[in-house]
Amino acid sequence: MAFFEVTGITKFFGGLAAVNDVSFQVNEGEIYGLIGPNGSGKTTMFNLINAFFPLTHGEIYFRGEKISGLKTHQICQKGIGRTFQIVKPLRRMTVMDNVIASAFLHVNKKREAVKVAEEMIDFCGLNHYQDKLAKSLPIASRKRLEITRALATRPKLLLLDETAAGLNPSESDEAIELIKKIRDSGITIIIVEHIMKVIMTISDRILAINHGMMITEGLPSEIASHPEVIAAYFGEDYRAQS
Amino acid sequence: MKRNIIPLIVLAVLLVLPFILRDPYYLHLMILVLMWVALGSGWNLISGYTGQVSFGTAAFFGVGAYSAALLMSKLGISAWWGLPLGAFIAVLLSFPFGWISFRLRGPYFALVTLALNEILRHIATIWESLTDGMVGILVLQTFISKQPYYYIMLAIAVTSIIVIKLVMDSKLGYYFVTIREDQEAAESLGINTVYYKMVSLCISAAIIGFTGALYTNYMGFIDPKIVFALGDISIMAILVGIVGGVATIYGPAIGAFIMVAVQEFFRTAGFGLFIYLANLTGWSFMHTAVKYISQAHVLSFGLLVIFVIRYLPNGVVGDWDVIKRKFSFGKTGSV
Repeated sequence: MAFFEVTGITKFFGGLAAVNDVSFQVNEGEIYGLIGPNGSGKTTMFNLINAFFPLTHGEIYFRGEKISGLKTHQICQKGIGRTFQIVKPLRRMTVMDNVIASAFLHVNKKREAVKVAEEMIDFCGLNHYQDKLAKSLPIASRKRLEITRALATRPKLLLLDETAAGLNPSESDEAIELIKKIRDSGITIIIVEHIMKVIMTISDRILAINHGMMITEGLPSEIASHPEVIAAYFGEDYRAQS
Repeated sequence: MKRNIIPLIVLAVLLVLPFILRDPYYLHLMILVLMWVALGSGWNLISGYTGQVSFGTAAFFGVGAYSAALLMSKLGISAWWGLPLGAFIAVLLSFPFGWISFRLRGPYFALVTLALNEILRHIATIWESLTDGMVGILVLQTFISKQPYYYIMLAIAVTSIIVIKLVMDSKLGYYFVTIREDQEAAESLGINTVYYKMVSLCISAAIIGFTGALYTNYMGFIDPKIVFALGDISIMAILVGIVGGVATIYGPAIGAFIMVAVQEFFRTAGFGLFIYLANLTGWSFMHTAVKYISQAHVLSFGLLVIFVIRYLPNGVVGDWDVIKRKFSFGKTGSV
């Protein structure tokens, strides 16, 4: 059984299928990319995996255990962390307190939680900001705080939603470095990303979706030249020309 | 360091206060202040720290008060046993309501607590065979002097502040604030938001119910209109929190003092100042003014809230630095 497996998940919003019969497997230790044009259902997929929305059909397995049907907080306790595309910092708490709060998932004593938090802040390089209020951070650091907080819950699988969106080129290079570092620390990653440079450089495999349906799955190089993917991004005309 | 010393100094002053303050009237006011410290702290936990605005302080307060009174009048057991019982029943009561409304996000909890308040007031009014309705229940006071009540109330106020301080420094506290800041983020960080909101509500209800039972013991008389009062209990608790400083440990203590002072100032028409002036001058309109001023304490609350929200949105404690800056600027013209 695969490390993480999604079989035939479907989500209807009224009559609209936001995600339609999507299946894929993720192996332990890889970075699995998820791409698709705006509105293709990438974030919805994350919201289904971590149970923000109930599934209409389909099942999700994590380390041989069925996790679809569990509640959001239970899924996090199982070891799946996530970040949000639209960041959700705990605004009126310091960066340190943000991370301490999430570190409490597996420890009960404050001293231990602080230790975990310090480790994670160090790991993600947020030391400069640790005593600042979360709402005062610039966007790049807020995105970093999202990751730090998710890591403090000690996930085995991390869902990264548009971590590099809104960052300038040098910041997104730093984000790539951080994501690689997280993978090297033994955490499996599923990443949704719009910036092709980011997703093509770090992903081991990529799944392309459009209108909630799978187009194709494969290595980054295969995806980049796949005619359906090109059509999804640039339109049918573009495919005809090429 | 300085922050740790000030509360201890205040506590020391409060401990010796009954020996200096011989006038039972002022002692009574201080007892009320301390009662509001406890009630404000209870409100602050669920609404200030956990972000679930509660209009139900009177519900838990009244349930505590009636537990003690009924224990005495129906079973003949000392109303002092009503303190733990009142806390327990308030917690019991909070369960079904929290359990249902905490599954929803938005203003539902606030609305439910508002309804709870009214439901209980009507039950206490209508169920005459149990509660004697509007007649109320009389409980003989144990002590004639106010001093014992003062010290018991002080103990409760201090205990509730300590309890909240400990809670807020632990895992629970971090979870409460996380829930206040963002419930979706809290869920995805593995926090069972429904459960922790319940825990917060239970602690809050216990503190308020306990204090309500003590109120019965102290005042010796309760009726539905007094203990289930939306304005004078539920809203007052919110004001104590807002004026003192929402989500601050000592905010409710400061807020309680200010609110009781304001309330009493209006109720007595400036501690008798206006009546004195009216008698002195003999102007008839002064007498009329006195009558209106003494009825206007609710209006004064409104004005105070406007002032606080406009100039000190984080309350006196939350905006202490702002206050300090303004005053030192006025005095020295520098800094």
